[in-house]
Amino acid sequence: MNQVYDISHLLAGVMLVTSFALLYQQRIAAVLNAFAAQSITLALAVAWAAWSENRPDLFITALIAFSLKGVVIPVALHRTVARLGIHREVEKVVGVGAALMVGLALTALAQALVVKIAQGPASQAREELALALAIILMGFLMMIVRRNAVTQIVGFMSMENGLILAATGARGMPLVVEISVAFSVLIALFVFAVFVFRIRERFDTIDIEALDRMRGDRR
Amino acid sequence: MPELYVSGAALGALAVAAAVATLVRGPALAFVYPLSALAALALGAVDLHVLLGGGELVAWLPIGLPTIGVHLRLDSLSAFFGIVINGGILAASIYGIGFDRAKELTPRVEPLFPLFAAAMNLVLIADDAYAFLFSWELMSLTSWALVVARHTDPESRRASYLYLIMAAIGTSALLFAFGGLAGPAGGYGFDTIRAHPPQSLVAALVLAAALVGCGSKGGLIPLHAWLPLAHPAAPSHVSALMSGVMTKVAVYGFVRIAFDLLGPPSWWWALPPIVLGAVTAVLGLLYAVLDRDLKRVLAYSTIENIGVIFVALGLALAFRANGQHEGAAVAMAAALLHVLNHSWFKSLLFLGAGAVLHATGRRDLDGLGGLIHRMPRTAAFFLVGALAASALPPLNGFVSEWLLFQAVIAGQTLPQAALHFAAPAIGAMLALAAALAAACFVRVYGTAFLGRPRSVEAARAHDVPLAQQIAMGGLAILCILGGLLGSVLAAVIAPVLRVLVGADLSSAGSGPTPLSLVAFDPARSIYDAPVIALFVAIASITTLFVVHRLSARRTRRGPAWDCGFPDPSPATQYTASSFAQPLRRVYGAVVFAARETVVMPPPGDNRPAQFSVVLTDYVWRALYAAPGRAVLKLSERLNALQFLSIRRYLVLMFAALVILLSIAAVMI
Repeated sequence: MNQVYDISHLLAGVMLVTSFALLYQQRIAAVLNAFAAQSITLALAVAWAAWSENRPDLFITALIAFSLKGVVIPVALHRTVARLGIHREVEKVVGVGAALMVGLALTALAQALVVKIAQGPASQAREELALALAIILMGFLMMIVRRNAVTQIVGFMSMENGLILAATGARGMPLVVEISVAFSVLIALFVFAVFVFRIRERFDTIDIEALDRMRGDRR
Repeated sequence: MPELYVSGAALGALAVAAAVATLVRGPALAFVYPLSALAALALGAVDLHVLLGGGELVAWLPIGLPTIGVHLRLDSLSAFFGIVINGGILAASIYGIGFDRAKELTPRVEPLFPLFAAAMNLVLIADDAYAFLFSWELMSLTSWALVVARHTDPESRRASYLYLIMAAIGTSALLFAFGGLAGPAGGYGFDTIRAHPPQSLVAALVLAAALVGCGSKGGLIPLHAWLPLAHPAAPSHVSALMSGVMTKVAVYGFVRIAFDLLGPPSWWWALPPIVLGAVTAVLGLLYAVLDRDLKRVLAYSTIENIGVIFVALGLALAFRANGQHEGAAVAMAAALLHVLNHSWFKSLLFLGAGAVLHATGRRDLDGLGGLIHRMPRTAAFFLVGALAASALPPLNGFVSEWLLFQAVIAGQTLPQAALHFAAPAIGAMLALAAALAAACFVRVYGTAFLGRPRSVEAARAHDVPLAQQIAMGGLAILCILGGLLGSVLAAVIAPVLRVLVGADLSSAGSGPTPLSLVAFDPARSIYDAPVIALFVAIASITTLFVVHRLSARRTRRGPAWDCGFPDPSPATQYTASSFAQPLRRVYGAVVFAARETVVMPPPGDNRPAQFSVVLTDYVWRALYAAPGRAVLKLSERLNALQFLSIRRYLVLMFAALVILLSIAAVMI
């Protein structure tokens, strides 16, 4: 029984590490690869949960995670980046060191919080819940420390990975909810993509601060 | 239960009248008033039946929130207030029947009038918090719409804006009050709340919220600022309803919460209503004495009367908390009878003011005068109302004030030092208020109805149509009868007293005559209105007779003595301002920082001399203007938040999330 949890913790831990990796990448292509790695790890974690807990519906979730977020979205984003010719630009708002320190603090916060609120018989799952919460917070952090629209999309998708992980660990989320979440994320991705091309067409850059200049925002 | 159907049909008729009135235009709108009068008559009859016959009517309607519906209940307290309200609606409707069909009906007023009437009735019979708050808000909104009916006048617009803000504040306070009453279990039915009264701290918060919610609707200082602007801005028969009746719904709300839902009181609950009420009574009249607008003076006088009622309610709470049921009954009887009496005489006075406004087109006292010759009937009815409002025996205002002073004097027996020492101070303030009320109404009546007309319009005034005279006359008769038959009224409200304070006037009927009102003990506190009325009548007739005997037989008419100035200008008369000058000098300097300036041009200069008075309203400056400025300043600062970049919004959300998570991590 302990092995089951050890492996699921290992996979969740790998996801957290990829979250950190997302934070310090310099090039967009590397960011997308790290994201693909995170999604594939998520698919593995969900598949492991499906196999070990005998919940076959979770295999579908794992399949969606792998095909959509592990393959389709990264490939699509790679092609977008190639078409826009922006593979070197990763404009950061704060430095890598500071972002990593904040990420560490968020992980500690997630641990402290989950240890306090999740007590009792379900406490086996709480490590995974803490890791998932940390991944969600780091995805959010990624959205706000990067200026580039593509990296913001990746941050958003990374948050969603954390949510799926939490849902798998919490044993509560039915497949319908799962599918609808995945679908809504897909829609959001389309919106983001259209948005990115529009920005590009108009401003010749996808630095979102270009939008701010249009509305008179002072940096 | 036929009563239930009668009530339902009457309320339905009001709603249908409102709906139909939105569809028709012009003279056809006149149907609203007879219909409202009939509905008010039917509702009042049901209320009277329930009050006299005991028992209660209960109904549940499957409308509104799913599974909860609307609980309605008409008990003796609701029935008493229902009589007060439907009496006012009846008088205002009869007054409305007299409107000129061609000129005075507008689609802005007539559809809302029956809706307003129905909403006030609904507040009284609501038996759960949802129904109560819904009908309370309906009442606020319909009355607001009636205030804004004459929206072309910037004063009206300002008044309605302020009213809307204050109504929103009041309703949100009531929302908190009911939230506190319902408790964590969320039982919003009044029977559930009654079964589980809140703990003492929550109860204190509920009481404070109820005081804010109901006090703002009733005009308790410092929440009064909207009232003297909004009540006069509405059409006069609506002013009569708002001032005479809607403020009573506010009192009902407070009584329902403090005496019925909140459980057994603590003694210190009594202090806020007593202190606020006494301050309101005195300040309200000081405002009234200094104001020059006829309807605004009446609105300020309403504020004073609400203060008096709240003092009586506070005393009733104090007596009840100490187990002195007899005192509680006297104080509560004073409050309830004052509610009834004030609704009669204030409706009468506002209808009279409406008649004056209709006849002259003016509300400023300094433009009126001499109306007693031109509108003799209105003048007579207004005189009755003014005497009642000044609490002179044998009219009805005196009965309730007398009971209140009995309760104040008995306040000496309260064990707590704070109440023990407060009682005489409150008594002194109420006495001051009573004296100021008399001065105020002498001033109003003297400038508006006596003397010579100060304007062309006043000189051309004529009396109002018969229906409006009937409305005023009926109320005047009620004021006189209510004064003479105070003991009968006290007996009628006995069931309400038993429900609210667990006792009634125990020594009722032990006085020397069948109609004498006995507060505590027939040996020391009796008010015998018929005997006093008889004495007053005999003394006046005798005096009249003797004077006529001793003087020359024939009436001679001659010019009035002109103080040696043979100037026929009516401007040489006392004006409302000059009559108020002594009081302004005595009180105004402290309370309103009154400053008088006289500009006297030097000899040879033919400019007129000028005299001006500047009054400062401290309450407005500290509690309305200052927070208003603060809100503006804050919103200017926060305005920057509307122009951030997407990433900065995300930072804000992220920061909020992290802070909340950290708090959760530390606190739990």
